[in-house]
Amino acid sequence: MSLKIVVLAKQVPDTRCVGKDAMNADGTINRAALPAIFNPEDLNALEQALRLKDAHPGSTVTILTMGPGRAAEIIREGLYRGADNGYLLTDRAFAGADTLATSYALATAIRKIGEYDIIVGGRQAIDGDTAQVGPQVAEKLGLTQVTYVEEIQSVADGRIRVKRHIDGGVETVEAPLPIVLTVNGSAAPCRPRNAKLVQKYKRALGAQEKAALTKDGAELPYAALYEERPYLTIPEWSVADVNGDTRQCGLSGSPTKVKKIENIIFQAKESKTLSGSDADVENLIVELLANHTIG
Amino acid sequence: MNNVFVYCEMEGRQVADVSLELLTKGRKLATQLGCQLEAICAGSDLADVEKQVLPYGTDRVHVFDAPGLFPYTSLPHTSILVNLFKAEQPQICLMGATVIGRDLGPRVSSALTSGLTADCTQLEIGSHEDKKAGKTYENLLYQIRPAFGGNIVATIVNPEHRPQMATVREGVMKKEILDPDYQGEVIRHDVAKFVPETDYVVKVIDRHVEKAKHNLKGAPIVVAGGYGMGSREGFNMLFELAKELHAEVGGSRAAVDAGFCDHDRQIGQTGVTVHPKLYIACGISGQIQHIAGMQDAGIIISVNNDPNAPINTIADYVINGTVEEVIPKMIKYYKKNSK
Repeated sequence: MSLKIVVLAKQVPDTRCVGKDAMNADGTINRAALPAIFNPEDLNALEQALRLKDAHPGSTVTILTMGPGRAAEIIREGLYRGADNGYLLTDRAFAGADTLATSYALATAIRKIGEYDIIVGGRQAIDGDTAQVGPQVAEKLGLTQVTYVEEIQSVADGRIRVKRHIDGGVETVEAPLPIVLTVNGSAAPCRPRNAKLVQKYKRALGAQEKAALTKDGAELPYAALYEERPYLTIPEWSVADVNGDTRQCGLSGSPTKVKKIENIIFQAKESKTLSGSDADVENLIVELLANHTIG
Repeated sequence: MNNVFVYCEMEGRQVADVSLELLTKGRKLATQLGCQLEAICAGSDLADVEKQVLPYGTDRVHVFDAPGLFPYTSLPHTSILVNLFKAEQPQICLMGATVIGRDLGPRVSSALTSGLTADCTQLEIGSHEDKKAGKTYENLLYQIRPAFGGNIVATIVNPEHRPQMATVREGVMKKEILDPDYQGEVIRHDVAKFVPETDYVVKVIDRHVEKAKHNLKGAPIVVAGGYGMGSREGFNMLFELAKELHAEVGGSRAAVDAGFCDHDRQIGQTGVTVHPKLYIACGISGQIQHIAGMQDAGIIISVNNDPNAPINTIADYVINGTVEEVIPKMIKYYKKNSK
């Protein structure tokens, strides 16, 4: 059977390479110092989707992402690796969303996409580490879910079989389609970009990216190309495009509020500094033995 | 009504440790708020399950006992919580930040449109002023967690929506029996009234769970290594020291990522949280995620050749030296003086 697969992907700041310049003096995050990347576990999810497409000819893989105009990069990256198309949910009204408001927005966009058998995303994004959006989307769409997926083993007769990683072990489960899955980072890594697809899609742009290129009255490079090849225009959807309710989007749709952000300052205790000399180490051991910390 | 609820995770007939830890925390929150603590146990073959949860100061135990409820699948447990919460209107709901809690929590929060904060490291009660709306809220749950890769600590509140939901990892809170004879009400619910048949759609074909190979989170002494240990062989030195001290060995995320030690020994926000009386940090710089997993240790010793390593600021003893030089000396002088 051919499958309609939607991959949920997020552009995230790479919190793994936080350097000394990552925080501003006032304790806020210096986003400019952090590269924007494809959320790592979303790449694992994309690979599972592409494998299904390989195994089930006629299947389609659609990337859905939410973010500012530059998040079109995520869709291009997906196209380079074998996705068929993608949508960028972008609107000021989406800004400041917590996981619940994010899942509301994604669910409305998935309804607009309309046809789907499998919705798959990474288990969690590295900027929040919450793992909440997948299950929240499933609930909003009234679909069942399987989280912590390690491998999709088979899809047949409207049922899917997956192996999942649970605390202290593994579990194999079977469930009916349509379904929402979230994939672990320990699943198979994503295939690299395909050179032919890079050639095909390298000029694909979203409307905001085009606007940025033409803002000082400059002419859009290769303008004719976009007329000729509609797949080079990455569709952007606003709240209105997905028939969304702005009260449920962004900051106003977020039940959780950030009360306080603290930059990490360690509370210094009184500490003794010792050298690595024999005498210092022995004295410490003797002290710890004497007060029964060890021994 | 408006009580503190803890979802108790079941492994067979056994309530998970993380749930007992949350009952202990939940009891303190409920006492502070002047309300009751309620527990939810959903699984199969749960006769007498209340005996495991009442001693933690649980005032009411909701038991849902049916064949399809173990092993856990998402939909039936979601229906139980959603329908129970619609009737009971809890103000707070806590669950483990485990595979189950992180599958169930978001689903329930989505159905009830309530806020959920994952992987909290502290929970407190406090007030919140919304300056824009000119409103002050009393007795909110402060959900405190490291965020943004551990570079900041955020305090999250849910002013308007109930329940205020939070997940907490195993080992972050301490479990403590309040009273072995604590009396509470036990309510055995008719599961069919909460869970429609159509919820039982996910079939668990095969399940394989192993007991942990070590007792890192309960160890009184922990010897932990970081990237500074240099190699898997370097970690052997730590195992040797740990053997002498009757300690367990842990590692920082950097050491685990580099393959120096196994993933199940990772200490920190995304690994195990430990509360030993003695913590010996060897070649660990002290990223905040790591600190989050060990800061409650009684005595902290840092062995590091970088005098400016962040971990040194929370250490009681800082030994300036290389791990290769200092650790063998610790073994040597322990052997010499402990006899």
